[in-house]
Amino acid sequence: MASSSRVEILNEGGFRSDGRKQFELRDMVIDLSQQGTADGSALVSHGLTQVIVSVFGPREAKMRSQTIYDRANINVELSIASFSTGERRKRSRGDKRILEMAATIKSTFEPVVQTTLYPRSQIDIFVQVLQQDGGLLQACINATTLALASAGIPLYDFVCAVTGGVHSTSPMLDLTTLEESDIPHVTVATMPGSGKVTLATMETRLHVDRFEEIFRLACEAGQILHKEMRAAVRSRTGVLISAMQSAAPRQGIKKMIR
Amino acid sequence: MRPPSPSIPEKEFVFDALKHSLRLDGRLPLEMRTPALSFGTELGCVECSLGKTRVLANIDAKMVKPTPERPFEGMLSIHSEISPMAASEYEIGRPSEEEVTITRMLDKVLRRSDALDKESLCIIAGQRVWHLRLTLHFLADAGNLLDCACMAGIVALKHFRRPEVEVVGDEVTVHPPTERAPVPLAIHHTPFCISFAFFPDPSTQPVIDPSLLEQRLSAGLMSVALNAQRELCVVQKLGGVPLAPDDLLAYINVAVAKAKELDVIVEEALKKDWSGRHVEVR
Repeated sequence: MASSSRVEILNEGGFRSDGRKQFELRDMVIDLSQQGTADGSALVSHGLTQVIVSVFGPREAKMRSQTIYDRANINVELSIASFSTGERRKRSRGDKRILEMAATIKSTFEPVVQTTLYPRSQIDIFVQVLQQDGGLLQACINATTLALASAGIPLYDFVCAVTGGVHSTSPMLDLTTLEESDIPHVTVATMPGSGKVTLATMETRLHVDRFEEIFRLACEAGQILHKEMRAAVRSRTGVLISAMQSAAPRQGIKKMIR
Repeated sequence: MRPPSPSIPEKEFVFDALKHSLRLDGRLPLEMRTPALSFGTELGCVECSLGKTRVLANIDAKMVKPTPERPFEGMLSIHSEISPMAASEYEIGRPSEEEVTITRMLDKVLRRSDALDKESLCIIAGQRVWHLRLTLHFLADAGNLLDCACMAGIVALKHFRRPEVEVVGDEVTVHPPTERAPVPLAIHHTPFCISFAFFPDPSTQPVIDPSLLEQRLSAGLMSVALNAQRELCVVQKLGGVPLAPDDLLAYINVAVAKAKELDVIVEEALKKDWSGRHVEVR
């Protein structure tokens, strides 16, 4: 649908529709407090996009037919709340787009989670989308990484995802819904330790040279998000340790805070 | 019914051979099977085969009332259910993960990439538009159904001719093909899909157009859809083996070269078929 009031994606002063500069990322809010009985959970917001992920596991598989003899099976279920977008829209569970996104998250984390440590068990990842304002896959992947870390599941590395787009010739990072519907964009997820790319998806038409530019930029932006995510995990660990300390003070626990 | 996973000797042999850049069917790692296109008698019916993988695409058109949100655009719907004819692991009614991937990818490559100009399908705005139905039949699966299906789809769209329509005021006259020559569809660009398969050992080179065994043994797939004008339509690397950014860009450049080759093959096949058809002007 064409926008009725022509909002400029990038004006002459270099500001975007929400007041950010070209390469500025949105505010990232991370909340790792416990949700229900989940082993690990993370509530992540990138600006107005909010996603909550709960992780259960490793635990005994519900369906024996899906167990793998030498590794854990990762099961991802994604559900998008009907109130998450501007217009209320009920999405059925069998919606191909949702199934595809869940399969994407699963195949992104399969090489990252050390599944060989838990044969014949299952790790359940439940992703719930609360608010959507662009960068949905990006938020889901970042939240899943944090939830897995919060559950104590061994990972080879973090996975940090970011979206990037090109408006005529100016590249931009971390797009909102308004920008995503207008300009070609790509979502890139990287593992910051090695700098390698685990996920790259693009559904809009873009010239190869422009793609190279925005792709490299998105890879670098992943490193910035990694810093935020690591700081959040560190502070959460600090909170847990001080809670343990106040319950039963012991000398050995002080060394863990490093 | 899920087929048994490849046996250990098969797996070891394939991985060993790939370390020496050898593939089981004798191809080079970056060599595609030559696509063979055969056209049916009806316009818009084409069978594409990549080696033993075969997909049949068929297009038919009918006039319908457009949706109220988009009164100026025609519609293209893609039906691509994989039946057990392709392989015994597929079942009707229960889409496997691979089927979901293929359906979504076809949707992105043929619909979202704006290959077809939907506004040219409009007859009377708000009342009558063309609804094109692309049906894909997967006849045999010998690896890489996705690339074969995308090629069959786009070639069928290029091959199809819709009946000519004359609009006088509010009256619409559809001229059958015997009266007036049918009109080709307005295609903006021709996207081709090229798939790479990666293997667990990071020193092994990826292969293009994986065969069935290579696909089963792969640890990750990357599909790139692009046209001959160096425009990327879809890049899909969903998890799997992590790649360095430079490597990924290098593989995309390989795909660019392949797309140009495919474009030449497709244009030649279409020209040959068209010259063989007898178009009489009365």
